[in-house]
Amino acid sequence: MTSVIVTRGLVKQYGRVRAVDGIDLDVRAGDVYGFLGANGSGKTTTVRMLLGLVLPTRGEVELLGGRMPRAGRRVLPRVGALIEGPAHHQHLSGAANLALLDAAGPGGSRRTRKHRIAEVLDQVGLGGVGRRKVGAYSLGMRQRLGLAGALLRRPELLVLDEPTNGLDPQGIAEVRELLLDLHRGGTTVFLSSHLLAEVEQLCSRVGVLDRGRLVLQDGMAHLTAPTGATVVDTPAPERVRSVLDGRVLGTSGERVVVRGTDPAEVNALLVGAGVPVTGLALQRPTLEEVVLAAAGTSADRVERA
Amino acid sequence: MIGVELSKMFRRPRTWATIAVLNALPVLVAVLLQLTDLAPRPGEGPPFLSAVLTNGQLFPLAALAIVLPLFLPIAVAVVSGDAVAGEAQAGTLRYLLARPAGRTRLLVAKLVAVLAFVLVTVVVVAVVGYLVGTLLFDAQPVTSGTSGAGTSMSGTPLTPEELARRTLLAIGYVAVSMLGVAAFGLFFSTLTDSPLAAALGALAVLVTSSLLFTLDAASPIAPYLPTRYWLAFVDLFRDPVLWRDVVRGLALQGVYVGVLLTAAWANFATKDVTS
Repeated sequence: MTSVIVTRGLVKQYGRVRAVDGIDLDVRAGDVYGFLGANGSGKTTTVRMLLGLVLPTRGEVELLGGRMPRAGRRVLPRVGALIEGPAHHQHLSGAANLALLDAAGPGGSRRTRKHRIAEVLDQVGLGGVGRRKVGAYSLGMRQRLGLAGALLRRPELLVLDEPTNGLDPQGIAEVRELLLDLHRGGTTVFLSSHLLAEVEQLCSRVGVLDRGRLVLQDGMAHLTAPTGATVVDTPAPERVRSVLDGRVLGTSGERVVVRGTDPAEVNALLVGAGVPVTGLALQRPTLEEVVLAAAGTSADRVERA
Repeated sequence: MIGVELSKMFRRPRTWATIAVLNALPVLVAVLLQLTDLAPRPGEGPPFLSAVLTNGQLFPLAALAIVLPLFLPIAVAVVSGDAVAGEAQAGTLRYLLARPAGRTRLLVAKLVAVLAFVLVTVVVVAVVGYLVGTLLFDAQPVTSGTSGAGTSMSGTPLTPEELARRTLLAIGYVAVSMLGVAAFGLFFSTLTDSPLAAALGALAVLVTSSLLFTLDAASPIAPYLPTRYWLAFVDLFRDPVLWRDVVRGLALQGVYVGVLLTAAWANFATKDVTS
């Protein structure tokens, strides 16, 4: 499988602060890659280095097989980006903004421009917005327009920084559907976010950034694989302990964790002994548990040295 | 890319508002002159103004001389200071660079757009000045001989062709002087993410320069002050034309523009864009 984003020993130093401290990203073609990290953990600096906006202190970035920032002119037209919220010229309409952005660089044919703009506006749900100036858009509409800008040249790779900011729940669901749709069409998605739920629902691979270091990078299926235990919900937890002697790993309220990878077998034993069972599931760690275990305290906490 | 920047510049309401305001002052002056018939005596007030009552065709030059010391540089400083810093503040700079617009290309396109603004502004001031001047004042020469359309600053008559030619030269000279201001604005614009700070920086340079110019103690550095030769366009209307200061002014602006644009490029091409 070809790699779409590769970084090797990427470092960005601002004065005495290391915002990014030697990270080795590996995003492969076809991934929906969730780039997680608390506010201030270095996500945005990393995204900016990927796109050639910030120049690394050390290390290298390879984007679609080209060394950044030198290969930018060749590879960036094939990348769609939403960086730290949308930004547009307030006194122009959404379509005029898209046209100016498209004309500002290579890889966007003038002949197809009008058609492409109409198409992406429909795609993000702004088809009927007409000539209204962006200054009169709501936050959610601006976010949609930003997304439209990223999609304008049918990119192979989407680099999205917090794409659902400012959207209502319906909007978030819509964007999720849109991204999954694009992904099915072959687009690789690099999604930087601090919203665990968003990443958990969308991503096939996850990288976790903590204070500038990549503390975790793995497939989602692997990270949230069953732990080898079964969770039993019962109004009589003490009776589970007596039936499944020695297999109980822990109890909290009406929930008992039992060793065993086959919930049916656990259920048969309990029901056979007359223990009421109201819920039964294989135990899987949530992404939140995985991330909290990998990363330390919140990065915007500043402790006394 | 240049087309994009030009389109941004001239589709912006602010650009036209600035040009309109810039024309308001000379028009006001013309109306007041016409109503009161009280022209400043020769050698007082803005250049050419004393002669305007008798020859309206000199009013484009008077108009340029009226806006040149303050209004025009302010407008140019605001527009050039906004060039890069304005995009940074609005957040659109990151999208332009990730598009990718290319940093050097973007800077060149911004420079061309500012240049176009300077030219359009100077030409509009001159054209409006001509219209107002010929409308409100006598277009016919009073003091000169039979063939003359106007008088030079030296008192000799000028043919209409000669007057037009020299007026065009003057417009060009003023535009080059403003290019120096634009270079300061553009350079400061790459240093900061605040368009206001960049414009004020460029203005601070000009205020400092004008102030030092009046100070005897600063006379050793006076020939190198950016505003030193601004009014040298008046020399284009002497007979014969006094080229010395005009040529020095052009050379000085050339050096400022070259150095500042190189500095702007060096800074912008290697800068971390965090806006």
